[in-house]
Amino acid sequence: MDKLRLRFSKTGRAIYISHLDLMRTMQRSFVRAGYRLGYSEGFNPHALISIALPLSVGTESLCELMDFRLEDEPELSEMPGRLTEKMPEGLEALEVYVPERKAAQIKWLSVEGLFEYDRRPAADMAARLNEFYSRDSIVITKRTKRGEGESDIRPAVRGIEFAPSDLGVAVKMTVSAQEPTLNPELTADALRQLAPDIAPDFAKFTRIETYDADMGVFR
Amino acid sequence: MDKRLERILPRVQKPARYTGGEYNQIIKDKSKTEIRLAFCFPDTYEIGMSNQGMSILYDTMNSLGYVWCERVFAPWGDMYGEMKKAGIPLYALESGDPVSDFDAVAFSIGYEMAYTTVLDMLDMSGIPLRSADRPDLTPLVFAGGSACVNTEPIADFVDLTVIGEGEEMNNELLALFRRAKAEGWTKREFLLEAAKIGGVYVPSLYRPEYSADGTVARIERLPGAPERVTKRIIEDMDSVPYPLSPIVPSTEIVHDRVSLELFRGCIRGCRFCQAGHIYRPVRAKKPETLAEQGKTLLKNTGYQDCTLLSLSSSDYKKLPELLDGLQEYCEPRSIGISLPSLRADNFSMDIMERIQKVRKSGLTFAVEGGSQRLRDAINKNVSEEELLNTCRIAFEGGWNGVKLYYMLGLPTETDDDIRGIAQMANDVLHTWREYAKYKNRGVRITISTSCFIPKPFSPFQWEAQITMDEYRRRVNILRDSLTARNVSYKWHDPDTSLIEAVLSRGDRRLCAVIEEVWKNGGRLDAWDDYFSFSRWMQAFADCGVDPAFYANRERARDEVLPWSVIDVGVREDHLWRERERCYESVLSPDCRKQCSACGASGLLKGGRCDG
Repeated sequence: MDKLRLRFSKTGRAIYISHLDLMRTMQRSFVRAGYRLGYSEGFNPHALISIALPLSVGTESLCELMDFRLEDEPELSEMPGRLTEKMPEGLEALEVYVPERKAAQIKWLSVEGLFEYDRRPAADMAARLNEFYSRDSIVITKRTKRGEGESDIRPAVRGIEFAPSDLGVAVKMTVSAQEPTLNPELTADALRQLAPDIAPDFAKFTRIETYDADMGVFR
Repeated sequence: MDKRLERILPRVQKPARYTGGEYNQIIKDKSKTEIRLAFCFPDTYEIGMSNQGMSILYDTMNSLGYVWCERVFAPWGDMYGEMKKAGIPLYALESGDPVSDFDAVAFSIGYEMAYTTVLDMLDMSGIPLRSADRPDLTPLVFAGGSACVNTEPIADFVDLTVIGEGEEMNNELLALFRRAKAEGWTKREFLLEAAKIGGVYVPSLYRPEYSADGTVARIERLPGAPERVTKRIIEDMDSVPYPLSPIVPSTEIVHDRVSLELFRGCIRGCRFCQAGHIYRPVRAKKPETLAEQGKTLLKNTGYQDCTLLSLSSSDYKKLPELLDGLQEYCEPRSIGISLPSLRADNFSMDIMERIQKVRKSGLTFAVEGGSQRLRDAINKNVSEEELLNTCRIAFEGGWNGVKLYYMLGLPTETDDDIRGIAQMANDVLHTWREYAKYKNRGVRITISTSCFIPKPFSPFQWEAQITMDEYRRRVNILRDSLTARNVSYKWHDPDTSLIEAVLSRGDRRLCAVIEEVWKNGGRLDAWDDYFSFSRWMQAFADCGVDPAFYANRERARDEVLPWSVIDVGVREDHLWRERERCYESVLSPDCRKQCSACGASGLLKGGRCDG
């Protein structure tokens, strides 16, 4: 029962499925596709699956990774097709393979997003946003379980670039995935706190790719 | 996805319940269907998606190629507020299209407290609430479900209701609607034809007149109105379609598992129970059919749990055979089988061992009445000896918790009966002390009570509900009698019970009350979070309706009951006889021991009652 890894995307209506619900949905999709997930031993057996880097509700992703074990040994190349067919709308299995590295080695994520402006012209926003993010330090107040805390998000943003688009301002960035984890949503929150006049009315994000510490694509 | 929704969804709780897109949802090409049907459940997604009737009818109505039936649920308060603010009308989950685009709107109403939500969903769709204010054929608004066997409290809002089981009836109705739409009938022409379909009740064809004392004097039939509307049933449970590829929600719902329906109807005849009478006659599926359907369902859904559904599942004759058939599939896959609605009198350790492999937490039994005399009076065939025997088996088998449900305010109940509940709790505790396998884990005995609500089509349909003050007095008696530390007591507030009692046996004068409550913000009234007793009392006052007239008044035998046009199969004189036997504290045997000729088997054309 070797460890296997599924790369999948989560787009469209599926972006509102929470992490916990996604785990359940995945288990059921495997059963429907006729694969038997490995279970833990013990009093309350649970499926041996883990999804790396829980995704915020409302964020799209083209690069989700789920580690799992199977009771049987199917042809790996057939798995994505069979799984996708049994998944809800918006989930697509892209690839199943034997992983070489642990998911803990994911360090960076490339993310694309769109900042929408309702009543303000978006045209000159891109330049002002680029200027804002050229700062060396961006300290914001974060609400955590332990109360409010100050945190500098700039070191966790490796590169960020804004460009005008038809629908608003397109953003591309590379953010730290783990230690620290930077939720891309914070790049919009920072503006709401520090530069409300260029803060978007709505921002949405898509995870594009996972990278290791050396910016090599992580699989 | 709607741009406005995209903004709202990240802000609301559990947004996945508002998006659709689940596995097995039915998507059709709307340019190729003739009827778009919005199938509404007047409660939240989590409740509605757990409803087996909804799942069955979604399947059967979509089996018609010309119909696209989509689901609609009531949004929770946060989403409701956001939708109102953004001006988003109620929409169907599959297509995301507003309900106002649909040709027909159908409601599945299982409980009276959902009536205000029905109005709210119509309003959120921009559809006029009253049938009279919708002159056109479309949108047709109809309803079904057990809270429609007495349609009267919502008679002014719906165009028609469907009485009984909908698998065949709904599709006959939709076929007629298709013709009416294609041929350009008026709404009135359509309703007159629809009234000829068995089980279809068109309220606008009947006009109740009231006496000076407030009771119904007579119900005038307008031209074209059938004398009685007889409940529809499915005769052959083995051949009726059952959804084998149901929608699997992507977010957790209340009953998140495969449901296998064992049989319809109930052999018991508890005198307070509406369901036990309106779902008669008893019709069971064969165990082979069920085992086959169960396996297919588990494969098609990926669920790890399966529940065996019915009004009283341990009364299913072929339970051991069915468990054999299922377990051979379930056991190697660690799939759990659960059996709701257990009875304390035919509890079998063998069956319990087989269905509850791992968790032995708690068992729940509905005992209903605190003394043998009272249980005989309500025809609840459970003796204290049987209950204690069951508890002994359970405690010996490793269980360490029992929940016992009772009703206060049942006809003939005395203070001694109430003290009997406390006595029984003590006896259960002693049984545990004597027989428990794991004494060091302690024991939890929970007593819970609710206020009895007389329901139409039950033998107690003529009874008065006790007042709220009287209920509280009885709660205090019980509370003072429960002394043991391991026994906890939970009682339901009587205020929802009063409102439910009014609505259950209401007539058309309650339409105004329901509308008034809705106007003042009433919706999702089945939830404590939203129910407001004062809002209801204010509406009664404003509409000049006395709730006590409906809830706390005993009806005479010859009173014209507001729902008397409806015939559920069980004869009224049977119900009355059962009521009289209550006052004599005489049991009636269950249908398997001896047929009581209730009349329900008359609904069967060929088959026989499987009681």
